[in-house]
Amino acid sequence: MSDPDPTPTEPTPAPDPEAYELTINGRTRAVPSAWLGESLLYVLRERLGLPGAKNACEQGECGSCSLYLDGLLVNSCCVLAADATDARIDTVEGLADGDQLTDVQQAFLDAGAVQCGFCIPGLITTVHDLLDRTPTPSQLEVREAISGNLCRCTGYGRILQAVEDVRAQREAAR
Amino acid sequence: MPIDRPTDLDAALASLSDVPSAHLLAGGTDAMVEITFDQRRPEHIVALRRIPELRGYRVDDDELTFGAMLTYTQVERELASTAPGLAMAARTVGSPQIRNTGTIGGNLGTASPAGDTLPWLLALDARVELRSVRGSRELSLADFVTGPKRTAREPDELITAVRVPRVEGPQHVAKLGPRNAMVISVAMAAVIVDTTNRRVRAAFGSVGPRPIRASDAEQQVSDAIDWDALTCPDDAIVHFADACAEASQPISDHRSTADYRRHAVAVLAARSLRRCLAA
Ligand SMILES: Cc1cc2nc3c(=O)[nH]c(=O)nc-3n(C[C@H](O)[C@H](O)[C@H](O)COP(=O)(O)OP(=O)(O)OC[C@H]3O[C@@H](n4cnc5c(N)ncnc54)[C@H](O)[C@@H]3O)c2cc1C
Ligand code: FES
Ligand code: FES
Repeated sequence: MSDPDPTPTEPTPAPDPEAYELTINGRTRAVPSAWLGESLLYVLRERLGLPGAKNACEQGECGSCSLYLDGLLVNSCCVLAADATDARIDTVEGLADGDQLTDVQQAFLDAGAVQCGFCIPGLITTVHDLLDRTPTPSQLEVREAISGNLCRCTGYGRILQAVEDVRAQREAAR
Repeated sequence: MPIDRPTDLDAALASLSDVPSAHLLAGGTDAMVEITFDQRRPEHIVALRRIPELRGYRVDDDELTFGAMLTYTQVERELASTAPGLAMAARTVGSPQIRNTGTIGGNLGTASPAGDTLPWLLALDARVELRSVRGSRELSLADFVTGPKRTAREPDELITAVRVPRVEGPQHVAKLGPRNAMVISVAMAAVIVDTTNRRVRAAFGSVGPRPIRASDAEQQVSDAIDWDALTCPDDAIVHFADACAEASQPISDHRSTADYRRHAVAVLAARSLRRCLAA
């Protein structure tokens, strides 16, 4: 039998069972010791300092927290962050190329579709999703596509105008 | 609160057998709201997102099988001609974001009286497939949903799929609420003019503790229909609507009153049947 180690050391900390990683806008981010019940919206905003997805209702009703999970538009308040470990998460922060806004972002500005701005990140991700899948949507398709995004300021008129502007620009460029 | 992320069905069943108190997580549109608002604090979560056996659907000659993890968006986009009524119901659910994540299995798991897929499934005598490490069993939807948000699922069981017979003939689903998107049904109707079996099938949501089948109304109107011409005398349609309203068991709550809901059942039943016959 060997002697017991005479110099007791600090026990190596057990690996945190609650730590996990998320892949956001192409980058892997560690989420250390979060409570596992946290929504993806909460983890992005409160743990990782990514405030682009907005929190207005936390119950799937308003769309202000919209982002892409494996390419699908979802409400991040309805996604368990710890269940998104192997998913591709793309947020509104990842859309623009540096200071170069996307056509949708620019069209919202040009059309005056932004008032308080709270709903805008959700609407921008939603409108990108619509126009990337359906390049020439009907009025009904546009309204249905943004039906899960609430805006308390604009009355939607200029938002619909911005969508129409991008549709027309993209069509002209084809 | 540990989370298991099984990548196949056997691993999921093993997890659930080890911790029957675990909460199952599908799309999370019901579960996350409960967790965030502290109405539920799961001790353990088994996430179902990675299990290939639960995804997708199968179209056989006599039967349609919908995997538990089939989303509303998939139903809308891929099953509009095979299961038109289910696709109509799917399109009324929440918003595009909710439809991209919410699943049929989750709608069954929650078993809300307002679950929008349930009337169509009930009208078609759907059977719910449950699996555990102990084996598998099938329950009719009528036996599976035992009350408002109550089911006959044992704690170690997983809903793997739901099956309906394939029938020919027009179908219509109508949902009543304050706006087109993002509403919990005030009343929901599913009517199927099943020409394969020459019978009308009708079921209703949000007008009772569980989805309601209007069997007497079905029988009477099925006898009145001219099945070769697919026409029905107008008084028989009115009679059908009244009998459906009679079968409903609505209550008054913050969304509507019992009287209005009963009236709505009659209106939606007649409208849905007329649209089927006009199709
Ligand atoms: C904003 C909003 C709008 C909504 N609108 C509608 C609507 O219009 N119509 C409607 O019907 N519903 C609506 N819902 C409710 C919800 O979206 C649906 O019930 C949906 O089908 C739930 O599916 P999910 O995959 O998200 O389930 P989850 O939230 O993941 O799970 C729901 C429940 O089912 C259990 N469960 C899930 N999968 C299984 C399985 N395979 N086996 C056993 N148990 C399982 C879970 O443990 C949980 O208790 C809405 C919800 C929100 C947040
Ligand atoms: S904060 Fe997610 S939908 Fe409102
Ligand atoms: S701009 Fe204020 S909520 Fe839309």
